[in-house]
Order: sequence, then structure tokens, then C-alpha cells
Amino acid sequence: MIDVSVLYTKIEQIIGPLIFLKNQHDIKYGERVVIQTENGQTRNGEVIKINQEFIVIEVFEDTLGLSSNNSEIIFTGEPFKIDISKDMFGKTFNSFGQPIDIKTKEILDINIITDVERNINGSPINPFAREYPSDVIQTGISVIDGLFTLIRGQKLPVFSGQGMPHNKLTSQIVTQSKVLTGESFLIIFCGIGIIQDDVSYFLDQFEKSGNRERIISFINFADDSIMERLIIPRVALTTAEYFAFEKDMHVLVILTDVTNYAEALRELSSAKEEIPSRKGYPGYLYSDFASLFERTGKIRGKKGSITQIPILTMPNDDISHPIADTAGYITEGQLVLDRNLHKKGIYPPFEVLASISRLMKDAIGKKNTREDHSDVSSQLLASYSSALEVKDLISIIGEEGLNPEQKALIKFGKSFENMFLNQGFTEDRDFEQTLNIAWKVLSVLPSDHLIRIHENFINKYYGEMV
Amino acid sequence: MNNSENGSKIGFISAINGSLIKIEGLENDIQIHNMIEIIEHGIHGEVIQIYKDHVIAQCFENTELLKLKDKVIDLKEPISMELAPGLLSNIFDGIQRPLEKIHSNFNNSYFLERGIKIAPLSRDKKWHFVPIKEKGDIIEEGDIVGTVQETPLIKHMIMAPPGASGNLSFIVAEGDFTIIDEIYRIKSSREEKTYNMLQKWPINTNRPYKKRIRPREPLITGLRVIDLLFPLAKGGTVAVPGGFGTGKTVIQQSLAKWSDADVIIYCGVGERGNEIADVLTQFKEITDPKSGRPLLERIVIIANTSNMPVSAREASIFSGVTIGEYYRDMGYDVAVLADSTSRWAESLREISGLLEEMPAEEGYPAYLPSKLSRFYERAGLVTTLGKSSLKNERMGSLTIIGSVSPPSGDFSEPVTATTKRFVQAFWALDAALAYSKHYPAINWLSSYSNYPDYISDWWNEKDYKWEELSDMDWNNCRILVNEILSIENELKNITQLIGKENLPEEQQLILFIGGLIRNSFLIQSAFDNIDCFTPIFKLLFHIKLIILLYYEGKELLKLGFLVEDITRLNTINDIFKISKSIPNEEYESILKFKKKMLEEIKSLKMMFGDRRERFIY
Repeated sequence: MIDVSVLYTKIEQIIGPLIFLKNQHDIKYGERVVIQTENGQTRNGEVIKINQEFIVIEVFEDTLGLSSNNSEIIFTGEPFKIDISKDMFGKTFNSFGQPIDIKTKEILDINIITDVERNINGSPINPFAREYPSDVIQTGISVIDGLFTLIRGQKLPVFSGQGMPHNKLTSQIVTQSKVLTGESFLIIFCGIGIIQDDVSYFLDQFEKSGNRERIISFINFADDSIMERLIIPRVALTTAEYFAFEKDMHVLVILTDVTNYAEALRELSSAKEEIPSRKGYPGYLYSDFASLFERTGKIRGKKGSITQIPILTMPNDDISHPIADTAGYITEGQLVLDRNLHKKGIYPPFEVLASISRLMKDAIGKKNTREDHSDVSSQLLASYSSALEVKDLISIIGEEGLNPEQKALIKFGKSFENMFLNQGFTEDRDFEQTLNIAWKVLSVLPSDHLIRIHENFINKYYGEMV
Repeated sequence: MNNSENGSKIGFISAINGSLIKIEGLENDIQIHNMIEIIEHGIHGEVIQIYKDHVIAQCFENTELLKLKDKVIDLKEPISMELAPGLLSNIFDGIQRPLEKIHSNFNNSYFLERGIKIAPLSRDKKWHFVPIKEKGDIIEEGDIVGTVQETPLIKHMIMAPPGASGNLSFIVAEGDFTIIDEIYRIKSSREEKTYNMLQKWPINTNRPYKKRIRPREPLITGLRVIDLLFPLAKGGTVAVPGGFGTGKTVIQQSLAKWSDADVIIYCGVGERGNEIADVLTQFKEITDPKSGRPLLERIVIIANTSNMPVSAREASIFSGVTIGEYYRDMGYDVAVLADSTSRWAESLREISGLLEEMPAEEGYPAYLPSKLSRFYERAGLVTTLGKSSLKNERMGSLTIIGSVSPPSGDFSEPVTATTKRFVQAFWALDAALAYSKHYPAINWLSSYSNYPDYISDWWNEKDYKWEELSDMDWNNCRILVNEILSIENELKNITQLIGKENLPEEQQLILFIGGLIRNSFLIQSAFDNIDCFTPIFKLLFHIKLIILLYYEGKELLKLGFLVEDITRLNTINDIFKISKSIPNEEYESILKFKKKMLEEIKSLKMMFGDRRERFIY
């Protein structure tokens, strides 16, 4: 039952996703609104502006079919809340936290017992209460684990482009990721404006992995209302906060595709007739992104953590596009995919030199991964960067003109791409395996080239793995 | 008219839009920039516009579930900072809510709930007050009446606030007092007033001083590229622009750790929460190089992260600078670090957008330049109010270091371009350098500093000359290094076309020395125990050794030697060792390197004599 505090039957104006009502009651800013049409449909909305004349409501679903007098508008007196419970594990939900069947998109009539109710907008975490993240998640993907280690409490986006295998990568991360300390681990998958085919693909993969029970999915389909895209990540993150900070779980949240979210935000902003800043995106894009991405981290004295991997597709592969640029300023690093490597058939096609994980330096090493990890990753990056330089040189002087050291680097570059970077879609490598492969690749180079690695590690690992 | 219990008028909310509210009923009495409180929710706001029949206020907290007709009262003062012992080692949000206390007082609640009311500074904590003045002394505004050892590192001067002067009619004996206990009384011709240790000061008003003086002393940062090439002065301003991933935050943190300011105000403005957590742990763990005490004891942190309310973000840099001015008035050298001013400018843009103001460039309001200049102009070296007990005049300085985050690293965007007009130094961070792991990624071609003229006298007093380089003082060193680097840059383009080998030997030498300066001197690791900070003598000796090599190299070329003879010298390895292997206090061992180098070159000359002769045979 809907709790009725105020009821309206007359709409004054409808503009895009916004409806305007005459202000006759003391309703609350940000309160949730339910709209019931004559034919029995229910829609949701939120109060986004109040003045003495009007109440402005943002409708989450379409405004299609609404007229000035064919619906009842019910004010609930409450902010937007969702029900959360342990029953959610393994299930799929829509933007309002209702369980759905993804094949028919219908709301399922299953009884989910509510443990708690939470406001989806949350509150900012007190910066003093934060703990600096310093423990790892193993994704089983060498390039991530070895070079850009994912840290519990980090937000690490994937910058991709259309036609690149970010869905495959996402699904591999979801099915393989784990914490090595044996604590409980939960994945929240939040699809924002994704097409039906991709949804089926993801959920099939989750099913196949046998890990379905540790995944909660929230799906907003590409043909669902644009406005729902703005609430679904908040619903997902509110769920994550409950399990991380009240149930001591390590939660990994995947948001895909954030580009769709930003476009929805732009559409709403233009409906509200706001002054745009870059490329029509509103001036508050940064603060709005922050209100999502900052809902990650670790809290002093709490066991759990929230880690986020937002996936975003860069329009025209342009890393300086406002969406990628703004996200890059807030997140703690980025994983960039590269079209050329993808064309060469390398999977996952990481643009290694443009990628970075800012929190890894304090977390890797003897305690969490392996003693040589830091040296090895820095050496791989340095040598690969030199290898790419030599490659440019070949186009000028030809392969014959190279000296032995340069030839070795070229050979290293190839084996780095083919053995370390390249990995099977179902191949799950642990840290040990990843680092062993790294040594195999490094052993192509003469040992005196490895200036970034401490001598004792060279003695211990160099050549051993060949 | 409705009146509240304390007699002040009550207004009502009449519209809500995001963080802005419209209030009716207060418009006749309230002053612009006064604080208001929405009674029922305990939410505070600031009046930013007054109209005939209403006022507009921006709220410092989320406005969710506010209603029209909610009651609002005028708090009758503008947004102010509490200034008293207890600021150092503390962490506040943009409107000085004490984040640590909020955390511990509310059941270790990790979320920032709304409407929390806690005084910024503790009213219960007792501080040991030592009087300096005696009953009957004549007091001027700004005079120090006593001191409190606020932390083991910093002595807090209890000053008569601006406007207070007269006869000291009462002062307590040495003892422990809270900041609201009565400490002294001043009797003027008109009245007798009682004072405690607490002062309040509005954040948008500059704290007064006697006069401003042109900066004359460098702020030593320990970063070689800055101290030699683009120095900053105590009381100066600098902007640090850079795209994401260029190491802005690392530079800011290095400055907080190593610069020779007495007090640091670190403002995390609209940045990541994890960064604040990092800063906080580091400042606790890292010890002050001079005293061995935790650095946090000389630091005040203002943290308004990106997901905290934007209006408080807008206030936060002025809050930081106000606290900075207060310590400056005690006679300290203060540095205010603001990371990042772009996030601050964006908060202006957001609020301006809600107000539906006509935007100037890229949606930023037309008053962005005037607001920015008001911030940077609060830096300066000043003679403070009041007399010192030791000297007659007290000097203090406030240095502002503001980072800028230009979208897609484009320095022509409004915030970077505007900031450039108000700062005297500019440390341009470069994505290409960061990409090639050259840190600090300060580009030596596009950065600049106007301070060398101000501070070269200071350097000349400290320096001691090498007989081999009698004309090379600090300023000449930097001129020469700048010259070498800019010639190197010009040559690079030619090199790509014709190859290095085809350049004349002198130009090859410039390329080599340029590379040596970049790789051994400019690159500096913030994470190495020795390299993270370079004291001035080590810096001078290091660069002089390179310059000496350059001069000797030129001599060798004249004798017919080739650049490759110079690049093979053992001394090159020594130069590379300086930054990480020679302990900072043992800079004199660089003199041994010098001796070795000169001997090596001498024996080279002896072995081959005049090398030109070889070609005769």
C-alpha cells in the first residue's frame, strides 16, 4: 500500500520528464511521488523544485500518456527509499529495487522479506571516518592484477569505446574476482541503459560461472526511461553500503555504462532549462559524478569495503571528452582499452601506458601479493615503454639497423603482449601465476637490463620460470 | 510579526531549488552574508541576495525534506571562523564543523548526518596560559598578552583582537583555562571589556595588519626544480595547474611535508575522500625534520570532499585563508595549500547556475575573476598589528599555493587563464612528462616565477662560492640552466631531422648537459628517503657540479676532444648518485666529486695532450 499524505488530480504543465502542479499543500523537497493513471499504471517521481506557485516533479518513467487530468498524484511524505535484504542475492532488480524477469522485463511477484529500508541518496562519508585502502582484490586478469592492482575501497574505471570488448572484460571481472582473505565477497552489477542482448549475455555468463549467488544485479534497459538511469546507480550503491558497512562484506560494484548515465543527466538538465557548460553537460557534472563515485571506500573500525569499477565508453575514443575527463579527476586511476591491440586480437587490449591504479603502491608486496610485485610491475612498464619507442624507430631505420639490446626489447614487447597481456576469456590466473608469467617475459631481456628490480629478486626469479 | 524566543524575527521558506532557499519575513533586518538557521532541521545557510519582499540563502547542507513555511531565523553574524588554541592537528569541513569530534560524538557514525551542532573548538579543554603582559600595561590591538603551547611545535600567541586597545585592567595568573574562560580585561576611555582566548572572524573579511611588505625571502620547498628555477617567496602566490594524473596532489603533499613554513593550512577542496584519509595518516606518521614531532602538530586540515555540499566547498578556501591569517598575525610563516581551486570555481558555477545568473565563459559566473583575486590577494608578507615582546615589529607571512585542475589539461580554460592573472608564479604540470615518469612533472619551458628578483639577495647571503665558478651565484645558475634547457629544446627539433651525430660538438654537449640536468637534477622522487627533500647547499653544489662539467667540457672540445670523451667520464655516475645516495647533511662530499672530476679531466688532457695532434698522424 502507498502511504498517502497529499493527493492531486490536476497537472498544470508537462514538459519532457517534468510535471508542474499548482502549489496548494506543504509538501517536502525531494519527497517521493507516485502517479497513478486512469488505466491503472503506476509511475514514480521526485519533487525537484518548489515555489509558491508550482511544485515541479521529475517523473522517472516516461511521461507518455499523461494528460492534465487523467491521473492522481500522490505525495508520500518520504524520500526515495528501497528495501534491502539478504534475499536479494542471486536475483535481478529494476531501478526501483523490484525483482524482475529479464526476459519479459516483468516485475516478479516473489516475496522478498525486507531487512531494512534506506534512502537512496545516502549521506556523505565523514572524511575523518575513512580508512586509507590497502588490501587487494584478485581479478584473475594478469594485466590488472600485475600492473594496475585493484584495491578494496578504490574506484577504478574502465575507459572503453564502442566495438571494444568491455562487456567481455566486465563479465570476466565479475565471475573471477575474489578476496584472498576468505572474507565474504559480494558483487553488485548495475546496468545503466544497456541493450537487451548484452543483459542476456551478462546474466548467462553469471549463471555459467556458478557464482550467481554472490551477485545482485540491477538492470535499466536501453529502452527504459532515461530518468531511471539517474536513480539506478544510487539504488545499487545504497544496497552496497548496507552490505559493506552493516554486514561486513567486501562489495564490488560494477556500473556500466556511465556514459548513458551522463547523457540522461544532460537530458534532464536541458529539460530544466539549466545553463550548460562543456558539450551541453551541466556544470554540476563533477559533483554529480562524485556523489556516485565517492560512495566507495573503507571505514575505520568496519570490516567491509566498497570498490567500484565504473565502465564508460568514450565517444569517438576521446579521452578528453567531458565524461571521461570528469570521471578521471574523481577516480583513483583508470584502465584504458586500446583499439589497435584489439584489432591485433590481443585480449584484454589494455593501453598499458595510459592506465594507472593510484592506490596500488601501498597495497602490493609481501603481505598481500608477493615480495617482487612492485619491482616487477615497474620494470614491465618501463621496458614495454622502451619497446614501443624502439618499434617507432624501426619505421625509420629498419629492423636491421637495431642493436642487440633494441632487438631484445622488440622481442620482449612481443612476448609481453602475447603472453602477459593476452589471456583467455575463462583463464583465471592468481597473483603467483601472473608474476611468474611476468618473469618469463622479463627473462627475454638480459638481466642487467632489469635496473628497476632489486638484485635479490633477480637472483631468485630470473630465468627460473623459463 | 512573529518573533522567536530570543526576540529575533522568524521568517518562512517560500521556495526551494537544490541548495537554494527563498525566505520571506527576514528581508527588512537581515544583513547580506549573514547566517540563517532552519530551526526544525538545524540546517545553516548564508544569505546571498536580498530583495524587497524576500531573501535568497544557500544552505550548507542537503535540503531534502524541507517544506515551504519551515521556520528560519537570522543568526545575526556572517559566516565566521573560531580562532583560538585547538585549531592545529584538527580537521574541519568547509564551515569549520569539527569532523573528528563529530565522528567520536555520534557513536562513531561514519556518515555526515544533517543538522549536527557542535562548536568548532572544544569549550572544555583546558590550555596552559602564560601571561606576558601585566596589569596596568597599555595594550594596542594585536598585542600579545600571553601564550599557550598549543602543540609541542607551535606556541599560540593570545593577541588582543583588532579594535581592542586601552589599559590592561586585569589579567589572570599563569594557569589552565578553557577558551571561553575570562583571561583579561581592557579598559578604554569608554568602557571596560572582558576577553577570553576565543576570537571570531568573518571569512570574507581580510584580517587587518599594519603594512604590507614586498616578499624578500624564499619559501624553501626542498624540490630542486622549484627552489632553483621557479622559486616561491614567503608571502607569495603560485598556481599549480595540471590535468589528471600529473601529480598535483603529490606536489601539494610534498610542500606540506617539507616546505619551511611554520604552519600549514591544508584545504582539500572538492577532492577525493581517500585522499584526505591518506593525508591524515601521512601527517600523523611523518615527523618534522627539525623536531622529530608528528607533522600534524603544525597543520590544520580543512576537508570538503567532492560529495559534500557545494556551498560549504565555496566557503572552504576562505575559511582556510582566514585561519592562515590568524597564525600570520602571531608572526608565523604560514602556507595555505588549496587543492583544488578548480573545484572551488565549479562550486561557484553550480550556485550561479541555480541563481539563473547570466554566465560568462563556459558557464562560470562573471564574478569569477573578482572572487579569485580576493582569495589570492590575501597572501602577503606583513608587519602585523601590535608590538612584539622581543622586537618592536612583528612580521608574518601568508603564502598561497593553489592547484588548478584544467579540464583535459587545457590551460586556456577560464579558471587557469584567470588564475594566471593573480599569481606571481606558475608551475605548469605536464601530462607528457608524467607519462614518461618524469616527476615532479613541472614543465621547465612553460612554468615561470616572478620572484627571483625579490629573493636573490637572500640567496647571495647564504651561498658560498666555488673558486672555479666565481661568477656563479644562485641567480646566474638558474639563468644558465634555463638557457641550456631552452637551447636543448630548440635543438631537439633539428635532431629529429638530421640525427644527433650530425650536430656540431658544442651543440651535442648542450644536449648532453641538458639531459644530465633533467635526469639527475630535475627529476626527484617524492618517495625516496633522501631525495624527497633537498636542502639549499646540496642543491647549489649539485647544480654547480653540472655547470662546472659544462664549462670544463667546453674547454675539452676546444682542445679537440669529442663529446663522447666527456660522456664516458666516471664523474657522470657520481652526478647521478647525488640525489639519492648522498645524505642531505653530507653535501660536502660533493666537493670530493668535484675534486675527482677535475683530476679525471686533467689526466684525460695529460694522456692525450692536445687531441688535435692525433689527426695529424
